Amino acid sequence: MNKSLIYGLLLSILMVIAPHAEHLPLWVSGLCAGLLLWRTWLTYGDKALPKRWLLMLVTFAGTAGIIFNYHTMFGREAGVTLLVMLATLKLMELRKPRDAMVLVYLACFIIITNFFYSQSIPTALYLLASLTVIVTTWVHLQAESIALRPRMRIAAVLLLQALPLTLILFILFPRVQGPLWGLPQDAYASTGLDDRMSPGSLSRLGLSEEVAFRVSYNGKPPRRDQMYWRGPVLWYFDGRTWTPGRTTLTYPPDFTDLGQPIDYVVTLEPHNKTWLFTLDVPDKLTIPAIISSDFQVLNRAPVHARMRYAARSNLVYHANVRESERQLQRALQLPRQFNPRAQQLAAEWRAGSKDDETLVNTALRYFSKQGFVYTLQPPLLGSNSVDDFLFNAKQGFCEHYASAFVFLMRAANVPARVVTGYLGGEYNSVGNYYIVRQSDAHAWAEVWLAGQGWVRVDPTGVIAPGRLESGLSAAVSDSAALPFMERNPPQWMRDLRFNLDTLANQWNQWVLGYDSERQFAFLTRLGMESVTWQKMALNMSAGLGAVIALFSLFMLRHLFVRRPDKVQAAWLRVCGRLARAGLPRAAHEGAQDYADRVAAAHPALAANIRDLAARYSALRYGSHGGESVRQEFLQRVRAFKI
Amino acid sequence: MACAHFFHQQYGRNALRPYQQIMSPNLNNVIRQAEQVILGKPLQIRFALACLLARGHLLIEDLPGVGKTTLAHVLARTLGLQFQRIQFTSDLLPADILGVSVFQRPSTDARAGEFKFHPGPIFAQMILADEINRATPKAQSALLEAMEEQQVTIEGTTRPLPSPFFVIATQNPAYQIGTFALPESQLDRFLMRIQMGYPDAHAERGLLSGVDRRKIVAQLSPQMESSELLALQKRAREIFVSPALLDYVQAILRYTREAARYTHGLSPRAGLALLSCARAWALLDSRDAVTPEDVQAVVPGVVSHRLQATGEFSRQNSAVLVRELIEAVAIP
Repeated sequence: MNKSLIYGLLLSILMVIAPHAEHLPLWVSGLCAGLLLWRTWLTYGDKALPKRWLLMLVTFAGTAGIIFNYHTMFGREAGVTLLVMLATLKLMELRKPRDAMVLVYLACFIIITNFFYSQSIPTALYLLASLTVIVTTWVHLQAESIALRPRMRIAAVLLLQALPLTLILFILFPRVQGPLWGLPQDAYASTGLDDRMSPGSLSRLGLSEEVAFRVSYNGKPPRRDQMYWRGPVLWYFDGRTWTPGRTTLTYPPDFTDLGQPIDYVVTLEPHNKTWLFTLDVPDKLTIPAIISSDFQVLNRAPVHARMRYAARSNLVYHANVRESERQLQRALQLPRQFNPRAQQLAAEWRAGSKDDETLVNTALRYFSKQGFVYTLQPPLLGSNSVDDFLFNAKQGFCEHYASAFVFLMRAANVPARVVTGYLGGEYNSVGNYYIVRQSDAHAWAEVWLAGQGWVRVDPTGVIAPGRLESGLSAAVSDSAALPFMERNPPQWMRDLRFNLDTLANQWNQWVLGYDSERQFAFLTRLGMESVTWQKMALNMSAGLGAVIALFSLFMLRHLFVRRPDKVQAAWLRVCGRLARAGLPRAAHEGAQDYADRVAAAHPALAANIRDLAARYSALRYGSHGGESVRQEFLQRVRAFKI
Repeated sequence: MACAHFFHQQYGRNALRPYQQIMSPNLNNVIRQAEQVILGKPLQIRFALACLLARGHLLIEDLPGVGKTTLAHVLARTLGLQFQRIQFTSDLLPADILGVSVFQRPSTDARAGEFKFHPGPIFAQMILADEINRATPKAQSALLEAMEEQQVTIEGTTRPLPSPFFVIATQNPAYQIGTFALPESQLDRFLMRIQMGYPDAHAERGLLSGVDRRKIVAQLSPQMESSELLALQKRAREIFVSPALLDYVQAILRYTREAARYTHGLSPRAGLALLSCARAWALLDSRDAVTPEDVQAVVPGVVSHRLQATGEFSRQNSAVLVRELIEAVAIP
């Protein structure tokens, strides 16, 4: 078998399995790399392929290893691993064109499996490049005589021709809702908020550039420091870590005195948890979700796929003014054995305050006056973490402040709780929406005041007001610790990032998120009335038929249109040469008349020119000039010398 | 003789794609035999044959006594065709050409009183219509209609003419006394119009010194069956014409319509005539495809009687006019 064909197949397989290396077991990646290198070496040195029994041994050992690894041969992970390994092993028994064909199809199939793991634009582009390599190899397999460059051109043309068909299939292929078309549940890796908060957990998120969700507002967006995206609410503190605590009976929350409604649409990236993010308290949602008694919005199932919902929130509200006694008791829970100094401080404040509101203000004043620093890299804290933070370190990230504040409130007998979520977001002027990243994660406090219900108090805002108004980079003093893009990057880079994110957003919305609902909406907008899958199928067949018919017409065009005539061009070159030699052909002069005239003037040329003229006449005016006759004529013209 | 220029290039050239199944050896014999009788006029013989193969009719225009009649006689004899000659005079009537129905006397026949049709001289395979422009238009049109339809209708009965059917008409130059010039529309019925011209000195010497032509003609033997002639006519129609050549023919037609020097351009029928003659010419040259040279060769015969020059060019010789036409149109 042709060496360069084998290299093409090696490259094809390498390109489609390389992205899998990230999540395959290390030994499988190693085995595949070894096999590819071995095959390359064998090809390079013209060596014989390994014996069949050896391959059988490796195959069985590998399969056993996979079963041992995953405890199954089926399912996504095990299946993909097996496929990747077998495809690589197939390279080792590449003997007949049939084997090469199998490899080409296998490579195409492995392309699809890559989309189980990532569906981003770069992945799609990379796999398109892989497909080009595969098709180029396939063209080589079909026609060995074609050189690399024309082969690539043929592959590119083939892929371009497939484009309209792909578009028609994409738009019109009936989408069925259900697991058949969905991806496996563990399709997405995720980072994001946790329902546990301990010192350092949010500051770690502060380093992550990943998008948590995107928001577009219908109408005027609220002020940036009003964009509190509520996530998990934490009630229980064990002295170091905050957790939601025991779930209590949920009862509907009670919102009164609502005002300043804001409408917006959130596109949430999957985070494998149930909570949905909304501004403060939502009173309308387009999807069925539960609003718990502590105003968490919870999806019915963990969010495994990108999700889109519209909501209306009120930024002015009174929430649960009449709170249940049980809930208030939960909001006063405190591990009394820790942090004695903080408890003492709280007791002092309690004594000196006439009501809870004054006490809250005292606490905030304390934070602003005592030289606290907002930093991404706080020092480690001891077992009395709140004491340590309040009286020694005085450096911390939002979780430290929220935690300390709620601790102090509870110690002073004010019901309080920690709320985590996101604050603010970055405005993308290109796509007119806000990007909320993991680095926007935030923690704040809520206290319950008699007559006002639950009131948000953000101690971070006292220490680093910039964090609320313009984001993390304005707030932290040690910006070197921040990811590059969070430290004021140049404008062009910012624009580029906005453009890329807009593109990614469009891709998410229109390509990945093109489900049956969107399809119906889109087709209705295109003018299809009462969309049914039968109609879609009919339109799809008609569209495919039309495209194929168009291509056929294009390919058969030589039946209708004459090709620019090489034969005539060659003859005109002959005439041109003779004209320079002083014997121009008159425009009306037939080939053979001209040949006779030339022959009379230059007897030496007679035989040659008569032959050329006779061949030209036969080709141009005769009925049976085959390709070989053409080539013969063209060659004689090239050889024609005066 | 304008045609001679083309003739010299055409005649005796190595065939492009010779293949003998097209050119029957008998046709060669016909040509050879005719050339032995009509001295120094090979091109005219070929024109006449091309016209015959293209299933058209031939008009020969020249002075009396230059061999028009002899040419017709020779072709009829060598091709083995029934021959009739009609001498056109000013008192010729259509019935003299087509035939008449004569009342039969009762005594001579079993049935009483019946008309019997006596076919005229038109019922032959080859007709020589001599001095056609001496007859009245009425008689002329009787002949021309028969030529066109290849059938005649007399007293309500349609009678087909034999096949092949070939008319060679001769006419005296228009300036001679006692002529009724054929109108353009009737000239168009003739596929070709050629001129005989005086023989060159060498040929004339041969004529003067040789035996009486009429005796020779009487001794000629047919070289071909009429069925073979029909087959050759069919073959001529099947000669290949490439798109490039059609472009050329169209260019010629377009030129005659656009150039200011002609009163009116050539009709599509003239284009078809050009093509069928060029096909026959290619067949005579033993080729299976038409080349621009074939077209150029037949242009003088096909075009000259269909094209009239306007004012300032009208005095030019028609041969000059045709040569200018050929030289003005580039071969695409």
